[in-house]
Amino acid sequence: MTQIGQPISRLEGKLKVTGAAKYSGEYKVPNLLYGYVVSSAITKGKIIKIHTESAEKIKGVVKIFTHLNRPGKAWFDMQYADMDAPPGASFRPLHNDEIKFNGQPIALVVAETFEAAREGASMIKVDYQETKFQTDLHSNLAAARDAKKGMATLLKPPPPKPTGDFEKAYAESDFKASGEFIHSTEHHNPMELFTTTTLYDGKGKLTIYDKTQGTINCQLYVGNVFGLHFKNVRVVSPFVGGAFGSGLRPQYQLFLSVMAALDLKRHVRVTLDRSQMFSFGHRPQTIQHTRFGATQEGKITALNHTSVAETSQFEDYTENVTNWSSMMYPADNTLFEQKLVSLDVNSPMDMRAPGGSTGLHAIEATMDEISYKLNIDPLELRLINYSTFNNAEKKPYSSKELKACYLQGAEKFGWYKRSPQPRSMSRGQKLVGYGMATGIWDAMQLPARAEAIITKDGKLHVKSAVTDIGVGTLTVMTQIAADEFGLNMEDVLFFYGDSKLPFAPIQGGSFTTATVGTAIVFASKALKKKLLKIAKTSNEAFKKAEIEEVTFKNGMMIYKDCSISFLEIINTNKDKPIRTTNFGYPHALKLRKYARAVHSASFVEVEVDQELGTIKVTRALTAVAAGRIINPKTARSQVLGGMVWSISKALMEETIMDAQLGKYINQSFAEYHIPVHADINELDVLFVQEDDKIINELGIKGVGEVGLVAMPPAIANAIYHATGKRINRFPIHFDELMES
Amino acid sequence: METESFTKTHQATTVTPRTITLSINGQQHALTILPYVSLLDALREYLDLTGTKKGCDHGQCGACTVICDGKRIISCLTLAVMKEGAKITTIEGINHPIQQAFIDHDAFQCGYCTPGQICSAIGLLEEGKVKSREEVKDSMSGNLCRCGANQQIIDAIMQVKGGDNE
Amino acid sequence: MNNFDYQKAATVSDVVGKSTFVAGGTNLIDLLKYNLTNAATLIDINTIGEHHDILEIEDGVRLGALATNADTAYHPIIEQRYPLLSRAILAGASAQIRNMATNGGNLLQRTRCYYFYDPHAPCNKRLPGSGCSAINGYNRNMAILGTSENCIAVFPSDMSIALSALDAIINIKSEDGERSVDFADFHRLPGDTPPIDNNLKPGEFITSIDLPLKGFAKNYSYLKLRDRASYAFALVSVATGLELDGDTIRDVRITLGGVSHKPWRVKDAEHYLIGKKADRENFSAAADIILQGAVGFAHNTFKIKLAKKAIVRNCMMALDPSTQLPGAQPSA
Ligand SMILES: Cc1cc2nc3c(=O)[nH]c(=O)nc-3n(C[C@H](O)[C@H](O)[C@H](O)COP(=O)(O)OP(=O)(O)OC[C@H]3O[C@@H](n4cnc5c(N)ncnc54)[C@H](O)[C@@H]3O)c2cc1C
Ligand code: SF4
Ligand code: FES
Ligand code: FES
Repeated sequence: MTQIGQPISRLEGKLKVTGAAKYSGEYKVPNLLYGYVVSSAITKGKIIKIHTESAEKIKGVVKIFTHLNRPGKAWFDMQYADMDAPPGASFRPLHNDEIKFNGQPIALVVAETFEAAREGASMIKVDYQETKFQTDLHSNLAAARDAKKGMATLLKPPPPKPTGDFEKAYAESDFKASGEFIHSTEHHNPMELFTTTTLYDGKGKLTIYDKTQGTINCQLYVGNVFGLHFKNVRVVSPFVGGAFGSGLRPQYQLFLSVMAALDLKRHVRVTLDRSQMFSFGHRPQTIQHTRFGATQEGKITALNHTSVAETSQFEDYTENVTNWSSMMYPADNTLFEQKLVSLDVNSPMDMRAPGGSTGLHAIEATMDEISYKLNIDPLELRLINYSTFNNAEKKPYSSKELKACYLQGAEKFGWYKRSPQPRSMSRGQKLVGYGMATGIWDAMQLPARAEAIITKDGKLHVKSAVTDIGVGTLTVMTQIAADEFGLNMEDVLFFYGDSKLPFAPIQGGSFTTATVGTAIVFASKALKKKLLKIAKTSNEAFKKAEIEEVTFKNGMMIYKDCSISFLEIINTNKDKPIRTTNFGYPHALKLRKYARAVHSASFVEVEVDQELGTIKVTRALTAVAAGRIINPKTARSQVLGGMVWSISKALMEETIMDAQLGKYINQSFAEYHIPVHADINELDVLFVQEDDKIINELGIKGVGEVGLVAMPPAIANAIYHATGKRINRFPIHFDELMES
Repeated sequence: METESFTKTHQATTVTPRTITLSINGQQHALTILPYVSLLDALREYLDLTGTKKGCDHGQCGACTVICDGKRIISCLTLAVMKEGAKITTIEGINHPIQQAFIDHDAFQCGYCTPGQICSAIGLLEEGKVKSREEVKDSMSGNLCRCGANQQIIDAIMQVKGGDNE
Repeated sequence: MNNFDYQKAATVSDVVGKSTFVAGGTNLIDLLKYNLTNAATLIDINTIGEHHDILEIEDGVRLGALATNADTAYHPIIEQRYPLLSRAILAGASAQIRNMATNGGNLLQRTRCYYFYDPHAPCNKRLPGSGCSAINGYNRNMAILGTSENCIAVFPSDMSIALSALDAIINIKSEDGERSVDFADFHRLPGDTPPIDNNLKPGEFITSIDLPLKGFAKNYSYLKLRDRASYAFALVSVATGLELDGDTIRDVRITLGGVSHKPWRVKDAEHYLIGKKADRENFSAAADIILQGAVGFAHNTFKIKLAKKAIVRNCMMALDPSTQLPGAQPSA
C-alpha cells in the first residue's frame, strides 16, 4: 500500500490528546527564572524614567532589564533582520528610550517565580514624554506612498505593470462595477502564548525552546544579534500551539529570554500575556478600491484594483493585495496599485493568506456585483471569464483544475437551487442567501535540505529543521518518505523542529509540503544510490543493476528477481548507518515557462434574520484544486480551518484601534471575537483531481491558505443575495442588516 | 508630559507561602505555595503537569479546563489554595474514548486547545444536560480553537455521546 | 496581580464587616490579574456552611448566594418553575464559568467596558476624575439608557436580567443585621459616582436571593444578541415573562440587558400592555415606551432600534417558548 493519498491520522495525535506534547514553555528546567514583560503605556515619545525600586524589593525578583542596563555592545540594525524582515530597520527591543508603538516592550522583570515576576512588572512606574502620534489609516491617506524595495520583494513582487488603457476601456465598457472595501486590523492570536525557554548550557552555549515557524531563522537571528557562534545556538520547536504567520519572525520574547539568560547565566523563560500578543505583527488595516468593466456578454475587459495599507514607521511591510485579479481573469486593460501609509504601530506581518484574503474579497465581491448587473449567474460569470492562462505573468498555469472546482462544487452544494434575485429565498423568519467566490493562492516552493538515513536496525530516518505548527508536517513527511522506500509508516521516523537538523526555510505561505517534501525525495534518491553502491560490493546479483532498475519495498532493495534487505546492506557497511543529505529545489528552468497556483471555489449559504439582522453561515463548501493531496485527512482539516477563519474574517474578527489613545482596545479573547463552536455549522471540503507533472517531483501545491481566500467574499456575496445589502466593510456587523 | 498608570498600585507586603495538599488524578500532592498562585500555574509551574494549557489566563478561552469534583472548570481563575480537598482531574489523568475519537476525527491541528476541549467534553458528557448537536455546540463554546477544528471536535463528541446528531 | 493573603471563612459572621470576598473567583481573580483592583486578604466564602442550596420557602424559592450558576440553572425547581432564569443563566459565559460562578458573585460582576479593562486608559469608574474614554471613544458595547456624562458603561450580567423581570429580592447580612433589597433598587446608574455599581455596602454579605411565586413558567423567553453565537456578552438582551388569558395579557415583565448600568425595566410599559392583546403591535408600542429617552453614541445608536426589535421578537417568542434556541439566539 502506498502511504501518499491515505487519510492517515496524525502521528503525534496520541501525545496531543494525552497532554504529553511539550510546547515551548513546558520543558521542566531546574532553577528556571521567569521573565515578565513591561509594555509601554504610550504610543509615541520617550521614556523619561523607569521607577524600578519597589519592584526590586519584591522577594524573588532577580533583575530588571531596561534600555539603561540591558547588556550589549554596539548593535547594528542589519543584525536584527531575520529571514522574513521587510525592508527597513527591524525593531530592537530595549534598544533606547524611544517609544514607537503602544505596547512596546520597555522592561523585563526576571524573578525566581512567575508570580514574583508578574508582581514586579505590575509595580513598575514609568514617566514618559509623549509626542503626537497617528494610528488611523483613514485620516492619513494623504501620506500614501510606494513601498520601499528589498529582499522580501522577491517573494512578494509589486503588482503587475498596467496593460492596455484601463481608463478608456472602463469608460467604454457596457457594464461597470466598483467598490470601496475596508478591512480592520487582525491579530494572529494563536492559542498558545508566545514563549521562549532559554537554557544556558554554559560557555555561551544556548538551547532555546521557542514558539516559532522557523528554527533556523531564530538561530540565525540570535547568533547575529548576540554575536554568538551559530553552532552554539540551538533552537528547538517540535510542538507549536498555532502560529498562522506570527512565528515567521522572531518575536521579542525570544530576544528578551536570550538576553536575560546570557546576562544572568541562568535558564530563563519569558512568556507574553494575551494582551501582549497584540503588540507585535498583525494583518494591516487596508482600504481597497475596485473598478471592473465588462461587456454585455460578461467578458471582463478592464480591471482596476488599488489598495492602501498601513505599515510601521520603521519597516515597509507589504503583501500582495492587488496582484490577483489578472491572474484569474484575462482582461486586456489593467491598472493596479498598492500604497503604504506609515503609522505609529508595530510592523504588520504575514497572517494566514496575507494579501490574498484581503484582495480576493474586493475582487470577488466586485465580480458578484457585475453578475447581478448583467443578470448572469455568478458562477456562469466566472466560467465566461475562465482561462488556464495567467494574464499577469503571461504564462500558462502548470495545472488549473478550477473549472472542476466550480462544477463539482456547485453540484455538491446544490448551487443550482438558488433563485437569482436578492431577497427571494427565505426559511421561517430568515432570509436565505447563496453566494460563491473564487480563490487563488501561489503554489510556491523554496529550496531546502533533508537528510535520509537507514539506521542500524534497517529503519528509515528522515530529518529536517522544519516545524509542524499543526498542519500535519510530521505525518505528511513520513508518508512521503515511506513511499520513497515502499515502507510502512512504522518503519519511518521523521525528525523535525530543531535547528540542528538540515536547513528548511520558515514554515508558511503553503510552501512547506512542496519544499520539504521535495527535499526528502532528493535525499531519498541519493540514499538509494548509496544503498545500491554498497549492495554492489557484497551482492553479485546487484553488480549490473542501474539505480533506475531497482525498486524498494518493505525494507528490501529489489532488482529483477533478486532482493537484498536493508539489514544486509547495513551489515556490508560494517553495521554502520547509511546517511545522505541532499538539497531539494524547484526546477527553475522548467518552471520558468509556467505560472503556478492553487485554486478553489467556495459556496456559502447564509441565513439572515429578517428583523434583527443576525447572520448565520448555515452551510459552506470549498472545492480545492491543489495538485496531489498527500493526506486527505490533514489537508481537509487545513481547509476546514481556513473556512472557520473565513467566517471569522467576514463576520467577527477585528482589532479595534482607538485613534485618540493610539492603541488597540480589545486586546483579549473576550473582546477579540473568533468563532466559537456554536458559530460553526455544516462545512464541507472537496478536493478535485489535479495532476501536475510540472510543478515538482510529487505534484504537490499546498493547502494552508487556500481555504481562506474564496470563502470570505462568498459569505459577503451570500449576504447580498439574502438581503440585497452589499456591505464591503469587514467584519460585517449584524446590526447593519437589521430591518429598517 | 507625564502619564502614569491610572490604577493605584499596592505596597509590597510579605505574604508567606503555605503548605497545601492537592488531590490530582487520584494522587495527593503536597505543595508549599503562595496563596495567589492560580490553580493553572500550580499545575504547570509547580507540579509539571503541563498538559493543562494557558491560552489567556483570564477565563476567555477554555484551554485551562480541568475537571474538579466531577465538573469542568477553568483553572486560571481559581487559586490553588481554594482547591484543597477537591478532586482534580487533568488531561494527564484521563483515559477516555473521547481521546481516540479526537484522533480519528482529526479534531485538532496544533493541539494546544485539545486538553481543554477533552476535559470540557468529558464534563459535558457527565453533566448529561445537553442533547442535540446544537446544544452540544453551545455547551462547548467555552473552548476556543484558533486552528478551526470546531466541526471535527463536535463530530468526535457526538460520536462518543451517541444518539441524536441533528 | 498583587500579592495577597488568603483565609477560609466558616460562617457568615466570619466575613461580615470584612473584605475582600472570593466566591467563584471568575470576576474577582480576573480583575486582580489585570491589576484593576487589589486586595490584602481574600476571604474564601465558599467554605461557609450555608447558603449553597436552592430551597422552597413559603412565598417562593430561595437561591443561596453561594450556589453556582450552573446548579441553579439546572435545578429542577428552577427549570420547572422559573425557566426564564434558567435560560438567562445558560446564555451567560461558558459552561465552565457557570460551574464556578456563584449567584452572589454574578450580581456583583463589574462592567466589561474596554477602557475599564485597560489600566492605562482614563476611566472614571476605575479612577474617579480621570475621565471617560468611552464617551468619545469606541462605544459599540456601551449603554444607551441611564448614562451620565461620567460613565456610559453597561452591567453585563444575564442572570440579573431575568432576576429583575422576576421581581427578585436580595437578602443581605451586615454587622448591623439583615436587610432585604428589591432587585430594582440594587443596581445603580452611574450618575456622579461611576465607581459604585450597586447599593451593597462594604462589608455586607449577600446571603440569598428570593424569587416570588410567580415564575412565568408557561410564557417566557430570553433573547441575547451579540457578535458571536455564544461565549460573548450581550449587545442587547431581553427577558420576557407573560401571563396570558387567551391572547390577552394579564401580567407581563420585560427587562432589557446590555443597554444600561443596571437591568432596564420600565413598569409603565408593562402597565400599558396589561389587558391588551398579545401581538406585535402592542409589544412594539411597549418597546417604544421602554426605549424612551435612549441616547446613542458614535458606535452604538443601532442599539436603540435593535432593542425595540428585540423586545418585540422576544415577546413573540414568549408566546411559544419552544421556539427558543440554545445560546438564546433569535428563533428560527
Ligand atoms: C470570559 C467571561 C465571559 C463571561 N460572560 C458572561 C456573560 O455572558 N454573561 C454573564 O452574565 N456573565 C458573564 N461572565 C461573568 C460571570 O458570570 C461572573 O464572573 C460570575 O458570575 C461572578 O461570580 P463569582 O462567584 O465567580 O464571583 P467572584 O469573582 O468570586 O466575585 C465577584 C465579586 O462579588 C463579591 N461577592 C461574591 N459573592 C458575594 C456575596 N455572597 N456577598 C458579597 N459579595 C460577594 C466578591 O467579593 C467580588 O467582589 C463572564 C465571565 C468571563 C470571565
Ligand atoms: S464608560 Fe464608565 S467604565 Fe467605561 S471608560 Fe467610561 S467611565 Fe470607565
Ligand atoms: S487560560 Fe483559562 S480560560 Fe484561557
Ligand atoms: S487545535 Fe490549535 S487551537 Fe485548537
